[in-house]
Formats: sequence, structure tokens, C-alpha cells
Amino acid sequence: MLKIKTPKTLKAKRALDKRAPKLVENAKKTLILHGTKTSYVLNAVLAQIFHLKKGLAVKFSRKNENIRPFESSGETSLEFFSLKTDCSFFVFGSHSKKRPNNLILGRMYDHHIYDLVEVGVENFTPIESFKYDKKIAPRQGSKPFFAFIGENFESVDELKHLKEVLLDHFRGEIVENLNLTGVDRVFVCTAISSTTVSFKHCAIRLKKSGTSIPRIELIEVGPSMDLVVRRHRLPNEAVKKQAMKAAPMQPRKIKNVSRDEVKGKIGKIYMPDQQVGGLALSNNIKGLKRERREGKTKDKRDDQDLSKKMRTEESH
Amino acid sequence: MEAEKYQIDLGNLMAYDPSHHFQPLPSSREELSRQCLEKGTELVQGVVNALFSLPSTEDLDGPIVRLPEPSTRLPREKHLPRPKPPTKWELFAKMKGIKNRKKDKRVFDERTGTWKRRYGYDRVNDDRDVPIIEAKMTDELGEDPFSKRKDEKKKRVDKQEKNRLQNLKQVFKAGDLPSHIQLAATALPITGTQKVIPKKASKEELEDVAGMAATATASGGKFDKKLPGEKPAKHTGKHRKFLPVVEGKGMGAQEKEQTEKILNKLMARSSHDILDVDRAVTMFNVKTEKQRKREKEVSLSSTSNKLKSNKKAFKRSSKKKE
Repeated sequence: MLKIKTPKTLKAKRALDKRAPKLVENAKKTLILHGTKTSYVLNAVLAQIFHLKKGLAVKFSRKNENIRPFESSGETSLEFFSLKTDCSFFVFGSHSKKRPNNLILGRMYDHHIYDLVEVGVENFTPIESFKYDKKIAPRQGSKPFFAFIGENFESVDELKHLKEVLLDHFRGEIVENLNLTGVDRVFVCTAISSTTVSFKHCAIRLKKSGTSIPRIELIEVGPSMDLVVRRHRLPNEAVKKQAMKAAPMQPRKIKNVSRDEVKGKIGKIYMPDQQVGGLALSNNIKGLKRERREGKTKDKRDDQDLSKKMRTEESH
Repeated sequence: MEAEKYQIDLGNLMAYDPSHHFQPLPSSREELSRQCLEKGTELVQGVVNALFSLPSTEDLDGPIVRLPEPSTRLPREKHLPRPKPPTKWELFAKMKGIKNRKKDKRVFDERTGTWKRRYGYDRVNDDRDVPIIEAKMTDELGEDPFSKRKDEKKKRVDKQEKNRLQNLKQVFKAGDLPSHIQLAATALPITGTQKVIPKKASKEELEDVAGMAATATASGGKFDKKLPGEKPAKHTGKHRKFLPVVEGKGMGAQEKEQTEKILNKLMARSSHDILDVDRAVTMFNVKTEKQRKREKEVSLSSTSNKLKSNKKAFKRSSKKKE
């Protein structure tokens, strides 16, 4: 017979339920890792991407020998890490003579590689080199804006793919409600040529304009870099079809509320039956619990001792 | 008007300008960066215009707007949760039209006059609370009714556990085991869709291995200490059997028969004294056939030689003509 294994603690059960497939999914997390060799620039790039995505990212600091996402059997340990950390994006940095400052942005579906884009990093400017008023610095986890500029994002296949990947990677949590005072960052991506995209991170400053709609101003806060597209791999058609399936949306039924032309909105209230199930039994109440055996015997012995003493005293 | 120029996805707060391209690409980086930011400001202003004109509700922290659904379709992280296949009981209940009704957890116990649990510790109508079981005419002699009741209960529990496992296997096949349940934990991942249940070693396989281990000493396990309850190894490694040579009642004759059979076979193959007429005739026929063939070949080769020489002569003559 097979063994059924269930979590022993409620905490473990909650942790497992958190990673289970859901109708409305959690925000996707990003795994950031190194190859065998990374340059000084790339270390900074990875650290700053981690900084941008803090809260929804996991960063590994060790070197990884056998990760080559584009080659067959080079993705095994990557998929394992994705399963362990429950991440569905990864950013993999490596540096070689053939491909200097190489960054692979990838997505996972069901903990298997979905698609890949490889870019080279050029003209990297770190956060520290931008001088600006720290009051306007974007807050951690705020919802970013995106501005994509250039016709190449539509005409060139690689850039079209990169646009989607960048949007997916940096859009953060999917929210229904947005606080308008929390609007504070934007990613500006410009297609400079058919292979190069300039990627900039800016803060938004809302200024009064006299109307209810404010006038905005962009202040670059970094990091900024040029991404040169190298290799890319589109998702498998069958997998794509699976992954693009949307959850069936059913509008929530409004119960017990009706409208009347004269009386207006009418609500019904139900009195539920008496809940006998929650009744406390005598052994649920601490004071009424049966006596402990040790306590009982101890008390008895004390009584006996007492009586003995009494007797001895009497004899005296 | 401006908004029509861009593609705006308000759900993702994204704007895209597909028409823009740099007329002459700016030579200096500062100039390029300035132009990018200018264009970016224009696009973000477009999004902000749309965003701030959405109906908002006032909150302590500021105005809150409800964002529309993102129009850019992006892939899911994991597959959609699959529907769980019905259990055997659910199938049966559906067939019979049995409906599930909620029962209270607490029941009034008339015997003691208190509220008690329906199931579990200190439950209502517990068999174990009955200290005396009255004897019936059908009772067997020497059977303990209390231990019998306990056994029956245990059997029911075991059966339920078996049914549960069977249902879980069905769910596993459908590929949607609840994330907190693992079957045969060693080989299965937490999530994902791996469909291999490790095979358990059968009784025979285990016995074979145990036997091999027991006889893996110089003496073939003869002087080893036996564990309490250990049975002798089933397969000792001897497979050839020799029949007794000495003539007895049944077995000795068998041995003789066996050897004779083999001898006869050998003798029949190498016996020359009897002439096999059929074989001799075919051999003769084959020989003559071969000879005829050889003669034919000789004549053919001579004719082909002639043809070759003829050709050469023809060529030479054609050259001469030129």
C-alpha cells in the first residue's frame, strides 16, 4: 500500500497551499542568480535588479556551474531552484569572452522554462551616480508605469518579445485598486536601433496644473542601461496555449438585495438557526476539566500526612 | 486626440508609442537620454490623464481608483486548478440521489442528560460506554464479545483508509492532488506533474535478495547464526539436478533412459553404414548442375571478349575517318 503523507503542522499545510495552483494567482517571484563568472558591472546589475524587485525576488549569491538555459539539459538545476523557491521568473547573469555582460531574462510555466531572452548590458549607470532629492525616491513595491517608445517594438520580433518580458518582469503585483498618491515610478524603454533598447528607471513627480489631473515630471533615479538583444527563444505553441488560459470569470451574485421603485433599495435579513455545533462541552472549559491524576494522589497524601501529624500531636 | 496616437493599457499602467522613431539618432548620450525622457513624460502624462479621470473613492490615505483589467495578455505562472474527480461514494450518492445534509456537531444525550459530541472523544451513544453485553443464543462459546467489537471497529477503520487511498490514487491520476497530500513521499515533487509511483518490491524479490545475502559467506551460510523466526533461504543457488546412477525402483531407470536418448541422437548423426538413397541422388544432381553452369560461364566470357575487341576496332575506324 502507498503511504499518504500529509503535513504534520498547520503551518506546513498553509505553506504548501500557498504554492498550489490557484484561480487567481500570487504575484510572480523572481530568482536572481550568477553563472560561473560575472563581471563587476554584472554584479551591480543583478544587485540593482534585486533592489528594484525587493519583496518579490530571491537572490542567490553562489556561482552556478551547470546552468545554461539555452542548451538542452542545462536547465535542470534552474528548474529545481524554481521549484524550491517558488519563483517563475529568473534573471541569470554570466560573463564570457564571446558574450560579455550577458543577462538572460526568462519565464517559467509550471516550473519549466517558458521562454528566454538574452541581452547584453552596455552603458550601465548605477543608482548611486544619480543625484536627486531623496524625498521623491520611489517606495518599495509601488506599482510602476511603463513607457515603450519606438516602432521597432512592433516590427522586430526580438524586441516585441523583449517588451512583453520586460513588462511581465517589472510590473509587480496585479492590483485592482490603486491609490493615486502612490504613483511614483516609471520604466522608460526606448528602442534606439533594431537590437538595442535603452532601459531607464525614473521617479514621477506630480505637479499642480490647476485641474484635477496633475502635470507630471520625470526625474531619472537609475539604474539605467542599454540592452542589446542576443539570442531569444519563444514559448512552445502548445505550452503557450496552456499558459494563456484565463480563469473563467463569473460575476458575483448579489443576494438578498432588491430594488423597489417606491421604497428604493430593499435588503432581506435572515436569522440563522441556532448553532448547537459551537456549544462548549464541560471538558472544553478549563475550570471544569477532570482532575489530574497526579494532583489527586498528591492531595490525598497531604491529607494523610496532616492526619498523621494531628495524631502524633494528640499522643504527645 | 493624443491618446489615440498611443496604445494605452491602463490595467498595467503601460503606454506604447509605435509611431515614434528618432529622425537623426542623436550623437551624444545626454541628448539621447533627454529626448527619451521627454517622450516618456508625454506618454506617462497620457496614462495619468486616463488614470486620474477614472471615478475615485476617497480614503484616509488618498483617492483610490479601480483599475480595469489589463489588456496585454501575459502567461500564467501555474496551470489552472483542475476539477477533482468524484470519489466512489460521491458517484454512488449521485446515482442514488443521496443529498449531503449538514449535521450538528453536538448532540443531546438522553441517557446522561447532557450535550455531547457526535463523534470522537466522549461521544454520544458510544459502544465503549456499555459495560455489559447480554449473551444471545447465537453467540459462539469462548468468544470475547468486547474484543470482537474492537476488531470490527478496527476493520471498518482500515477499510475506510483503503478506500481513501484508492480515491486519492484516482485524483493523482487526474493530476490534481491537493498540494498538502503526497503519495509515497520519496519520489514525488511538491507540485508539478510527475506521474511515476515507485514500485514496491514483491515478496518473491525480497526473498530472493534475502536468500542471496544469507548464502554470501564462504560456507554458504551454513554456520551463520539464525535470527529468531528466520526461515531457510528458498533459493540456495543450486539449480542442476543429477539423477541417481544406481538402478533402483524408478529413478535409476530414468537416468539410464536419459543417457541412452542422448547417445542415440549422437550415433544417428554420425552413422555411415546405412546409405541414404535420397541424399545420394540429390548430391549427384547438384554436382551435375554445377558442372553445367561452369561450362556455360566459359562460353559466355569468350563471347564478351569478342564484343569488346569489336568495339575498339569500331572506335579506331571512326578516328581514322576524321
